[in-house]
Amino acid sequence: MKFVDEFRDGGLARKLASAIRAEADPARDYAFMEFCGGHTHAISRYGVTDLLPPNVRMIHGPGCPVCVLPIGRIDMAIRLALEYDVTVLSYGDCLRVPASEGLSMLKAKARGADIRMVYSAADALALAQRLPSRQVVFFAIGFETTTPPTALVIRQARALGLENFSVLCNHVLTPSAITSILESPEVRAFGTVALDGFIGPAHVSTVIGSRPYAFFAEEYRKPVVIAGFEPLDVMQAVRMLVRQVNQGRAEVENEFTRAVTEEGNLKAQALVSEVFELRRSFEWRGLGEVPYSALKIRKTFSEFDAEHRFGLACIPVPDNKACECGAILRGVKQPTDCRIFGTVCTPENPMGSCMVSSEGACAAHYNFGRFRDVPVVAA
Amino acid sequence: MSGSVKKGYVRPLDLKRGRVDLGHGGGGRAMAQLIDELFAAAFANEFLAQGDDGAVLPAPQGGERLVLATDAHVVSPLFFPGGDIGCLSVHGTVNDLAVMGARPLYLAAAFVLEEGFPLADLARIVGSMAAAARDAGVPVVTGDTKVVEQGKGDGVFITTTGVGALAPGCDISGRRARPGDAVLVSGTLGDHGTAILSQRESLSFETEIVSDTAAIHGLVADLLAAVPDVHVMRDPTRGGLATTLNEIASQSAVGISLDEAAIPIDAQVEAACEFLGLDPLYVANEGKLVAIVSGGEATAALAALQAHPLGRRAAVIGEVTEDPHRFVQVRTGFGGRRMVDWLSGEQLPRIC
Repeated sequence: MKFVDEFRDGGLARKLASAIRAEADPARDYAFMEFCGGHTHAISRYGVTDLLPPNVRMIHGPGCPVCVLPIGRIDMAIRLALEYDVTVLSYGDCLRVPASEGLSMLKAKARGADIRMVYSAADALALAQRLPSRQVVFFAIGFETTTPPTALVIRQARALGLENFSVLCNHVLTPSAITSILESPEVRAFGTVALDGFIGPAHVSTVIGSRPYAFFAEEYRKPVVIAGFEPLDVMQAVRMLVRQVNQGRAEVENEFTRAVTEEGNLKAQALVSEVFELRRSFEWRGLGEVPYSALKIRKTFSEFDAEHRFGLACIPVPDNKACECGAILRGVKQPTDCRIFGTVCTPENPMGSCMVSSEGACAAHYNFGRFRDVPVVAA
Repeated sequence: MSGSVKKGYVRPLDLKRGRVDLGHGGGGRAMAQLIDELFAAAFANEFLAQGDDGAVLPAPQGGERLVLATDAHVVSPLFFPGGDIGCLSVHGTVNDLAVMGARPLYLAAAFVLEEGFPLADLARIVGSMAAAARDAGVPVVTGDTKVVEQGKGDGVFITTTGVGALAPGCDISGRRARPGDAVLVSGTLGDHGTAILSQRESLSFETEIVSDTAAIHGLVADLLAAVPDVHVMRDPTRGGLATTLNEIASQSAVGISLDEAAIPIDAQVEAACEFLGLDPLYVANEGKLVAIVSGGEATAALAALQAHPLGRRAAVIGEVTEDPHRFVQVRTGFGGRRMVDWLSGEQLPRIC
């Protein structure tokens, strides 16, 4: 594939790997968090870890939209479909997220709920137009990347005068999540979690630009390198992070210059602020309540807000006690530290959200990397 | 009275505008007419012409054993680039027999039709099925038709059952993969599943990808002629290559190590999968063969496959390893390693 294969080139990868080995100080360890699930996926999918020296460790961050979605929010969608007889539309990997009472959207569907998978917000709007006699709710999730399309369909729905379409908004914000991690006691006070820098989001940054990360570099003295989602992007970002650490710098650098500018996509930002406003607080699975970390639909568009239209309230549900998703999302623990990883909790029967999407730290390790937990037999 | 008895006029099936109704499954004249004018006419062979509840078939000769396989087909959409549910239902079962090492002999077919289904579409499907059966040299010798009420089916479901003859001594099984064996595929992977997906109404993106649906018993016969002791053969249908290899690793209690760069994938399929967030290793094929032979016979097996029109892009993609964990692993083109695990549920696209 042209314009893609170039970023997956094995020969270049080997050269970058030896450059990283040469620059990494053998006397110290490096721990970098890739915030995004897209990076986690690339690292596992291409086996990037095998190319890094043993003293460079990657911590999988909370940037998997499906993983951080709290049970209560999925319950709301299921309740809409089962009790309010509403057609609920959702992105694919949302369907398997475990909810209360052993349900998930997929299992609710098997019980007769009208829950369907869509590929885009635009598909959701089109489906609502095709089903004029049904109330259709788009279960909108994701970081800043998927927010502008949601804003757009809400505006279009108003222009079309659609009365059967609304959005259950779960859009969350990247910078607040990074702050929450940096403010967590393990990272800030105790220093029990070594965190030497971040690989900054790819697609999110195309929208918000590179500027919002300056705060982390300055306030927390953590280098940030914004990187694309291809494996060579990740390797190059690791090299840039190693270099910053070695030189005692903490700056925002942009590896993903082919798509990310300093100010981002201003049109998309304007669209988002026209339709959405900040929530005072929002629950993240694994991180708990995070202040000003999510968006809600503005009052001026309240007729398209499913929470408003159906008078829904989110009832918080605690995670399974044995589940370590929270600590894993904060980088405090690794998937294999969890007692139920790979035993009770598997991709077939996920207990925690990190096991659901292949972008989740646990599912990525289970599906792609668990051979590393056992002695490797000569191939 | 004169000697001639006037034959009652029966209006022929309206294959242009007619639709399946409940009468076509009711056991009466309408059903008899559908069978005569559509199914019997299309599948015409001496066994079907017996007209009884079952077909009486000659027994296999020379110590050959019987192999029985069945396959239900519920594909949506019914017509897709490169084929339709009709030819697919023939290829599916013929291939199941073929990968057992058997020579496919006969097919039986059961149709579940939904009330209201256009007869023109049914005629097209039956025609395609009959052509596929003729091309494969495997006649449909008996069958059954049922009609369900509207809303209780998805147009047409077809179940085919096939009988094949297995030569004495032939022992092809998922249990026979041994460390050191070579793993081969007969061509590009993921074509069928991607062609189907591209036609789903929720996606409808434009591509020229066509399904690979084909009967592979000829290809298998050529392979067996060149390498009689093939250890394992499978057709990687649902769940794709990844699922097939995990099944084999599990059955044989071995590991499998693949070389990603060697796995043939059509550039368009790769691009479509990239776009949809799917992994082509998990996408269905309907005309491909996975074969495992002893390492020393890999070259001969590859040459035999590549000499057949359906095997031009055949490749050796990896080897069987000793691994008590029965992991399937791949060395990525990037230079790292990862597992190719069982699929969890259906493959769902990632969102970003």
